[in-house]
Amino acid sequence: MSKELIRLQDLVMEFDGERILDGINLYIKDHEFLTLLGPSGCGKTTTLRIIGGFLSATSGSVLFDGKSIGDVPPYKRQVNTVFQRYALFPHLDVFDNIAFGLKVAKLPKAEITERVQEMLAIVGLRGYENRRIDSLSGGQQQRVAIARALVNRPKVLLLDEPLAALDLRLRKDMQNELKRIQQTLGITFVYVTHDQEEALSMSDTVVVMDKGRIQQIGKPEDIYNEPKNAFVADFIGESNILDGIMLADYKVKFFGRTFKCLDAGFEANEPVDVVIRPEDIDFVPVEEGHLTGTVTSVTFKGLNYDIIVDFKGFKWLIQTTDFQPVGATVGIRLNPEDIHIMKKSEYSGMFGDYSSYSAEYDELVEDAGDEEE
Amino acid sequence: MKKNNSLLLSTPYIIWMLLFTLIPLGVVAFYAFTDPATGEFTLENMNALSAYLPVLWESIYYALISALICLLLGYPVAYYIAHRTPAVQKFLHMLVMLPMCMSFLLRTLAWVGLLQDTGLINRFLDWIGIGALPLIRTPGAVILGMVYNYLPYMILPLYSTIVKIDGRLIEAAEDLGCNGVQTFGRVVLPLSTPGIFTGITMVFVPAVSTFYISQKLGGTDTVLIGDVIERLFKQGQNQNLGAALSLVLMALVFVCTDIMNRFGGSSDEEGGVIV
Repeated sequence: MSKELIRLQDLVMEFDGERILDGINLYIKDHEFLTLLGPSGCGKTTTLRIIGGFLSATSGSVLFDGKSIGDVPPYKRQVNTVFQRYALFPHLDVFDNIAFGLKVAKLPKAEITERVQEMLAIVGLRGYENRRIDSLSGGQQQRVAIARALVNRPKVLLLDEPLAALDLRLRKDMQNELKRIQQTLGITFVYVTHDQEEALSMSDTVVVMDKGRIQQIGKPEDIYNEPKNAFVADFIGESNILDGIMLADYKVKFFGRTFKCLDAGFEANEPVDVVIRPEDIDFVPVEEGHLTGTVTSVTFKGLNYDIIVDFKGFKWLIQTTDFQPVGATVGIRLNPEDIHIMKKSEYSGMFGDYSSYSAEYDELVEDAGDEEE
Repeated sequence: MKKNNSLLLSTPYIIWMLLFTLIPLGVVAFYAFTDPATGEFTLENMNALSAYLPVLWESIYYALISALICLLLGYPVAYYIAHRTPAVQKFLHMLVMLPMCMSFLLRTLAWVGLLQDTGLINRFLDWIGIGALPLIRTPGAVILGMVYNYLPYMILPLYSTIVKIDGRLIEAAEDLGCNGVQTFGRVVLPLSTPGIFTGITMVFVPAVSTFYISQKLGGTDTVLIGDVIERLFKQGQNQNLGAALSLVLMALVFVCTDIMNRFGGSSDEEGGVIV
């Protein structure tokens, strides 16, 4: 694997007596696409701004290529940023926006023109050189912002929720585009988002943050399949989280029944959180099921139905293409690979109960609307 | 329906404009082109204006110098205010406006008291052993009076332009390799040009036509175009010539404003504060 480029050591950030970052330790490898993912206020943007040099941490250090850069001002760092809502210069046209960094660096005119043209081709904006910034659409402004940063050939590109202001369709296109650009140029991307789907689909490494702490670091698949605690399980996708007791290795008890699972390494009779992903559950005839419940709500989602099933007073979300009407009695089977066991944490009991299903959705919507930190 | 209502509501103002601006303007134009003795149409007044060209140039010169000094003094102040917390901004904004609450004439008279040969400043200079200096009745005193009186007109439009510059643009400039000076030159200054041009216009226009400041603070050799016009009218020398001179001055102001607006680009929408 490629070498380490940036290391954050024990970063603590306090602002007005409030702890924004609480001991961040993280290393970022060269050529990596790393995403800082978390709800608003989790400290992800603060972390990015510390790497960019716009904030200095209360304590802890930032190493770039092994050297501390805590005292290096932004304009001397080999890092460029794509800002939230782009921050393009309104008094300059597209060409001059992209050429800005090169002109400051006093490069020869011919080289500037060549590199700007090259960048325009990469972001698909050939022929837009003389356009005014305010005559561009959101997606085009986004591309100019990316070009303006990348034309300087930084070692690292920092992206602060770059797609948050775009509509869903454009966002999907730009996700692919960004990934393509990152792979073509081989530049390290540090990407901040609150959108878990964006994080999973683009990243090599996802760093899940909450309350100023890193909750989990891993490949997208690992984060999704092996969440470390109830927060991660709930934030990355939907999860049903239940209280269980680990009887022995590969044996967990919940709802009064013992199930086989694939997890080991817990103490005998240790209380645990049990995660069951809504898409892993299939309906079976009642007599074949491990558990029996009653359907209380059905929502059509396009790809699937979101069905809420009441099991002895605990409501589960089940995502399936298999329609069941409200009031139907259904059975489910749980296979060992569908059951994931997590250690108890401060987040236990806070997530994964769909008794107040609609409220859960409100919370997600609120989160998406508030991108400022 | 709606259109009719708005026309109805603006009628008092339209009548006001007609009575006190347009008709007097017509009268001025009429006087400018008539012979004082016979009352017949003549271009004689316009021809006679060439004698006043030096005075006109001097007035423009004084007004431009004042506008430039106001810019140099005002820009840092406006920049400073724009980068304070909102509460402090409000307070400082009020401080800038405060002198305007007092009569322009009184403020100019106060300077006479300060600058005159037996005034406060000269008595102080005398006391510390430097000795009295000729302060009043100098070109410097006239410029001082203009700068003092019109500085708020420079600061306010500058402030309202600078305060609107997005802080992230400054971060973006730093991110792209600019140090403090470069950030100012490449981003902050270009983005404050609308405010600069509005400020210069708002200082230049009243300064070029003032007569009070030059009469009170200037010497007998500092005669500005405003003084000449006042004299021609008040001392009853030649009202027709005064009218012609007024007309030319007004045209000059219009042309200057137009040039400034062109340079300022969108200064109408961004310069904002007209007090």
